[in-house]
Amino acid sequence: MASTVRADPSVERKRVNTTVVIVGLLIGLAILALVSACLGQVPTTPMEVLGSIAHRLRLDVGPMPAHPAGEVTLWQVRFPRVVLAVLVGGSLGCAGALLQGVFANPLAEPGVIGVSAGAAVGASIVIVTGGTFVASWSVAAAAFAAGLATTMLVYLLARSEGRTEVVTLVLTGIAINAFAGGVIAFLTFIAQPAARDQVVFWQLGSLNGASWEAVSIVAPMAAVGVAGAFVIAPRLDLLALGEGAARHLGVNVERLRQVAIVIVAFLAASSVAFTGIILFVGLVVPHLMRMLVGPAHRILIPASTLCGAIVLLAADIGARTLVHNADLPLGMLTSLVGGPFFFWLLRRTRAQQGGWA
Amino acid sequence: MTPAVIARLRAALSGRSVPAAAAPGAVTMRATSVSVVRGGREVLHDINFEVVAGEVVALVGPNGAGKSTLLAALAGEHAVAAGSIELEGQDLTTWTPVEMAQRRAVLPQSHTVGFSFTSRQVVAMGRSPWSRTGRREDDDECVRTAMSATDALPFADRPFQSLSGGERARVALARVLAQATTTLLLDEPTAALDLAHQETVMRLAHAQARSGAAVVVVLHDLGLAAAYSDRVIVLEGGRKVADGPPRTVLTEELLTSVYGHPIEVIAHPETGAQLVLPKR
Repeated sequence: MASTVRADPSVERKRVNTTVVIVGLLIGLAILALVSACLGQVPTTPMEVLGSIAHRLRLDVGPMPAHPAGEVTLWQVRFPRVVLAVLVGGSLGCAGALLQGVFANPLAEPGVIGVSAGAAVGASIVIVTGGTFVASWSVAAAAFAAGLATTMLVYLLARSEGRTEVVTLVLTGIAINAFAGGVIAFLTFIAQPAARDQVVFWQLGSLNGASWEAVSIVAPMAAVGVAGAFVIAPRLDLLALGEGAARHLGVNVERLRQVAIVIVAFLAASSVAFTGIILFVGLVVPHLMRMLVGPAHRILIPASTLCGAIVLLAADIGARTLVHNADLPLGMLTSLVGGPFFFWLLRRTRAQQGGWA
Repeated sequence: MTPAVIARLRAALSGRSVPAAAAPGAVTMRATSVSVVRGGREVLHDINFEVVAGEVVALVGPNGAGKSTLLAALAGEHAVAAGSIELEGQDLTTWTPVEMAQRRAVLPQSHTVGFSFTSRQVVAMGRSPWSRTGRREDDDECVRTAMSATDALPFADRPFQSLSGGERARVALARVLAQATTTLLLDEPTAALDLAHQETVMRLAHAQARSGAAVVVVLHDLGLAAAYSDRVIVLEGGRKVADGPPRTVLTEELLTSVYGHPIEVIAHPETGAQLVLPKR
């Protein structure tokens, strides 16, 4: 399959060389990760960060952090946060590209099929019924399970006669999202003030609770999900021809959709479990990347994964530095930027197509 | 791993799963007493049909006669309510989607492509059934030949979405040709095309048949059907009412009764070619 869609010289002139894009994204990711690790109340320099990593790898190069709390801060607070941002952002970018590809629809994103709303219901139930001192891992577990279950419910409800229509799926997602919104409102209403705060802030999204435990749970799921996405990527291209034509070319469309939705649900549910709701990354990132590398999923999916990680790292840096001594909600930032982008996207797509059918 | 999986892997590695070209005159698709029910209504009734390698079969008839439904049933899109459909000697339901795609290509009536894939990328998608076989070596050659045959090379690098209706139709046809299958199922391939490109497309279909393909084509233009097909099948209300060479099938009485409009069939004064005209 790798050779079926070859880039043409004249196309490459218009679209930036894909290798350049991927390498550029990797460099950007490394730089942002370094910047993110340097920022915080305990001052550290990039050289100290690199030196600290080198010493852990038993290489005696570079300076150790000068500040007495530097080493601990880096390894207990900042590195898990950076790694979690990369994992969650990458998962969301990958999930978005996958979902848009599998429905050949540029407006799909993991939130549409109920992952975020379901996760929020799960988290809220545990927070409200468990009291103030409920363990964070049980909130995460509930969010993950409920996010996954809600996605499966949306999928099953949208299916009829062995097929899933995109419009039915989106409308079912809207209905389920609305219902979940009602449940969350009810839980917020009956909650004690402290739990209520927690419910509200969970939904705003944050990397505040990042820990190596969270990383160790999210990492394998992200790895498996992204690997799965790479495997099915070549077949996603054919879905752009429409369901019928893809089937005539030998694609088992419904099974491909099932596999893709399971991957998306795992990627999205595992990422929101520890960070709360982060919207629009899965929507915006694949669009940006499609402009740079074109629509072929073999390149789009890795590019979206990298770009998702970059966007979330950048958003987290913004969340920590925009207001002095405050950790802004991450989901708030991604929505503030993602919302207007989504609007621009609607206008642009509409102008290109001459209206929605 | 089960023995079947191992056998399939081995076949894939050696390229042996590639079907051999059908011998000229061999039946590639056969429908036996096929009925199709959609929305509680029987839209095809007791259809017997076959197409052999080397011929062009035209499906004609008024709107709603069941031409596209028959084509879709042959493509494996509709489950049959009665009867059976065979592709290269095996029931359709026994083939895997990829095996089917290596044996028959389908040109749909309408052409849409999500996202901004270029024409060349769209045509290259036609090669995907061969991606795990030895024949993937031919990918570039097949794509280029197909695009050149349909006159689509000039816009090979433009996004499919930016093309005109006629250009899209030619790219879609090139995709189907690039699939390089023995059987071609074409649903109104001339619908969006000007006169010259209609002729090009039908000449292509004819040439494919002469080089060993079995071509089934849904047509509205009876003149094209008369000129380019070896056999014409007339459908009316889901039933087959005639099947044979255009000279014997396309008669004034039959067409007038099937279309519910007086129709003349005359010979071209110079070439003697069959001309089908509605009386005005």
